[in-house]
Amino acid sequence: MMQSQARKRMKKMIQHLVMILFTCIMIYPLVWMVSSSLKESSSVFIDAHTLIPDVLHFENYINGWKGFAGISFGTFFKNSFIITIIATVGSILSSTIIAYGFARLKFKGKNIWFVCMMLTMMLPFEMVMIPQYIMFNQFGWIDTYLPLILPTFFGIPFFIFLIMQFIRTIPRELDEAAKIDGCSNIGIFTRIIVPLVVPAMMTATIFSFYWRWDDFMGPLIYLSTPEKYPVSLALKLFSDPNSVTNWGAMFAMSTLSIVPIFVIFFFFQRYIVDGISTSGLKS
Amino acid sequence: MIPERQEQEHEHDYHEVKPKKQGKKRGRKKIESDVNNVAGYGFISPFLIGFFALTLFPILYSFYLSFTDYDLMGQPEWIGLDNYVRMFTQDQTFWEAMKVTFFYAGVAVPIRLVFALLVALALNKIVEMVGLYRTLLYLPSVVGGSIAVSIMWRQLFGNDGAVNSILSSLGLPTHAWLGDPDTAIWTLIVLYGWQFGSSMLIFLAGLRNIPKTYYEASSVDGAGPLKQFFIITLPLLTPVILFNTVMQVIQGFMAFTPSFVVTNGGPVNSTLLYVLYMYRRAFEYFEMGYASAMAWVMLVIIAIFTALIFKSSPHWVHYESESK
Repeated sequence: MMQSQARKRMKKMIQHLVMILFTCIMIYPLVWMVSSSLKESSSVFIDAHTLIPDVLHFENYINGWKGFAGISFGTFFKNSFIITIIATVGSILSSTIIAYGFARLKFKGKNIWFVCMMLTMMLPFEMVMIPQYIMFNQFGWIDTYLPLILPTFFGIPFFIFLIMQFIRTIPRELDEAAKIDGCSNIGIFTRIIVPLVVPAMMTATIFSFYWRWDDFMGPLIYLSTPEKYPVSLALKLFSDPNSVTNWGAMFAMSTLSIVPIFVIFFFFQRYIVDGISTSGLKS
Repeated sequence: MIPERQEQEHEHDYHEVKPKKQGKKRGRKKIESDVNNVAGYGFISPFLIGFFALTLFPILYSFYLSFTDYDLMGQPEWIGLDNYVRMFTQDQTFWEAMKVTFFYAGVAVPIRLVFALLVALALNKIVEMVGLYRTLLYLPSVVGGSIAVSIMWRQLFGNDGAVNSILSSLGLPTHAWLGDPDTAIWTLIVLYGWQFGSSMLIFLAGLRNIPKTYYEASSVDGAGPLKQFFIITLPLLTPVILFNTVMQVIQGFMAFTPSFVVTNGGPVNSTLLYVLYMYRRAFEYFEMGYASAMAWVMLVIIAIFTALIFKSSPHWVHYESESK
C-alpha cells in the first residue's frame, strides 16, 4: 500500500518535470526576445543564448522609441490603436446584429445566405486581396485607413458564427415573452439578446484586437506614408536586416509591440479559452 | 464545399417551421411572414452588402482579370488563357512556389496537429497546475501572428543567433539555418509548429467531452492505455480533428508573413511560399492579371482539398449521435 502510493507520487513528479521542461523550451524564444531587449546592442549576439544580461540596458527602449525617419514609435502605436479600436467596434457591432438575424429570425432564403456566410468564412483574405486593392485604388482610398477599417463594418463571418452559436443557447421563451409584451425585433435584440451575449462579444473583441493589431498584409499593401504606419509595418521597416545596427533597440520595440496583446491575454484569457472551445466544437 | 454543414442547417430549420394553419389565420400568417422577411433581411443587410461588394464582386472581377493583362494603368487588356498557359508552361518560379507551398502545408500542418494532440493528451492526464501550463503553452499562439515573432525567429536562427549559440556551447556543430536552401524551410515549419496552442485548446475541450465511464468500462474489460486511445479517444475526437484539419490546411496554404519576414523567399526561392510569389507579381511587378490567375489556381486547389477532406470524412469521422 505504502509502496504504491510512493510510486504514484514518483510518477506524478516525473509528469510535472517533463511538463515544466517542455513548457520552458516552448516559451524560451519569447523570454529570449525580452532578455535581448535589455542587452547591450553589441553583445546581443555574443553568447546569444544567455538569458540574463550582466547590466540591464533600459536605454534600448528609449533609443528604440525614437523610431526612424524622425517618426517616433509613439506615432506608430497611436496609429495602431486608432485602426484596431475602430475596426474592432465595427466588426463586433455589425457581427452581433447579423448573428441575431441568422439565429432568431425566419425569412425566405435564410439558408442560402447562411451557406454563403460559411463559405466566406473559409475563404482566405488573400483570394480577394488583389481585386479589392484595385477597387479601393479606383475609389482613391490608397494610403488611407478606409480599406483597413470600412470592411469590418459589414460583419466578420467567424464572429457572426461564434455569436450565433451563443445566441442559440439563450432560451427562445425569453424572446416570446418579450414579444407578447409588445417588444419589436429591435427591442428584443437590444434589451434581451445583447445583454446576454456579452461574453461572446467579449471573445470576439479579444480576437478582433489580436488580428487587427497583428495585421501586416493589409497595411503593407494599402499604406505608403510612414507617418500612417501601424506598429506591425513600422517594426518590419525598423528591423530590416540591411539597415539595422542597433539590435538592442530593435528587440526593445519588438517586445513593446506585443505588450498590448500580452496585457489583454492575461486579463481575459478565460474568455479566449471558452471562446475557442465552443467555436471549435459546435461546428 | 461543405455539404455536411448545409444538411445540418436544413435539418435544424425543418424543426423550426411549424405546420401551416388552415383557414382564417392564413392572412395574418402571411402578413407576419412578410414582417419577418423584412426584419430578417434588415438584420443581415450589413452582411449582404459586404458579401456582394467585398466578396462576390471581387471574386468575379478577379476571374475576369485573370484573362487580362493589367498593370493598374489604363484598362485591362483581354489576352484569353495566356496567363494560365504562361503559368503552367513557362514560369519556372510558379512551380517552385507551388512545390514549396505543398511541402510546407504537407509537413507543417500534420506536425502542428500531432503536436497539439499529444500536448492536449498530456494536459488532460495532469490534474494540478493545468491552467498554468495551458496558459504558458498557448502563449506562442497568442503572439504568433505578430511581426515581432517573425523578426525574433529570423534572429533566433541567424548565424550568430541563440540556436547556434546553444549548439556550440553543447559542443555540437553550428549551421547556417537560414542560408542553406535545405534547412531554411524547416525554420518556417518549426515556427508554424511552435504555434500549436489554439489547436491544442480545441483538442483539450474535445477530450474533456469524452465521458469518463467509457474508460472505466474498457479498463474493466482489460484494455490498456494505448488500446483505449485507439478505440475510445481517437474515434470520439475525429469531429474535432476534422475541424482542425480543414482550418489548418487553408491556413497552411495561405501563409505569407513568415516567409516574407523571416527569409524573404530565399535562399534561391527555397521558402518562396505561393502567396509571397503572388504578392510579388501583384505589388512589385504590377501584373494584376497574372496574380489574379494565380489566386484562382490556389482557390481551386484549396476547394479540391477541402472537398476531399469533407468527402472522405464519413469514412473516418465518427459522430456519437449516429452510433446510438
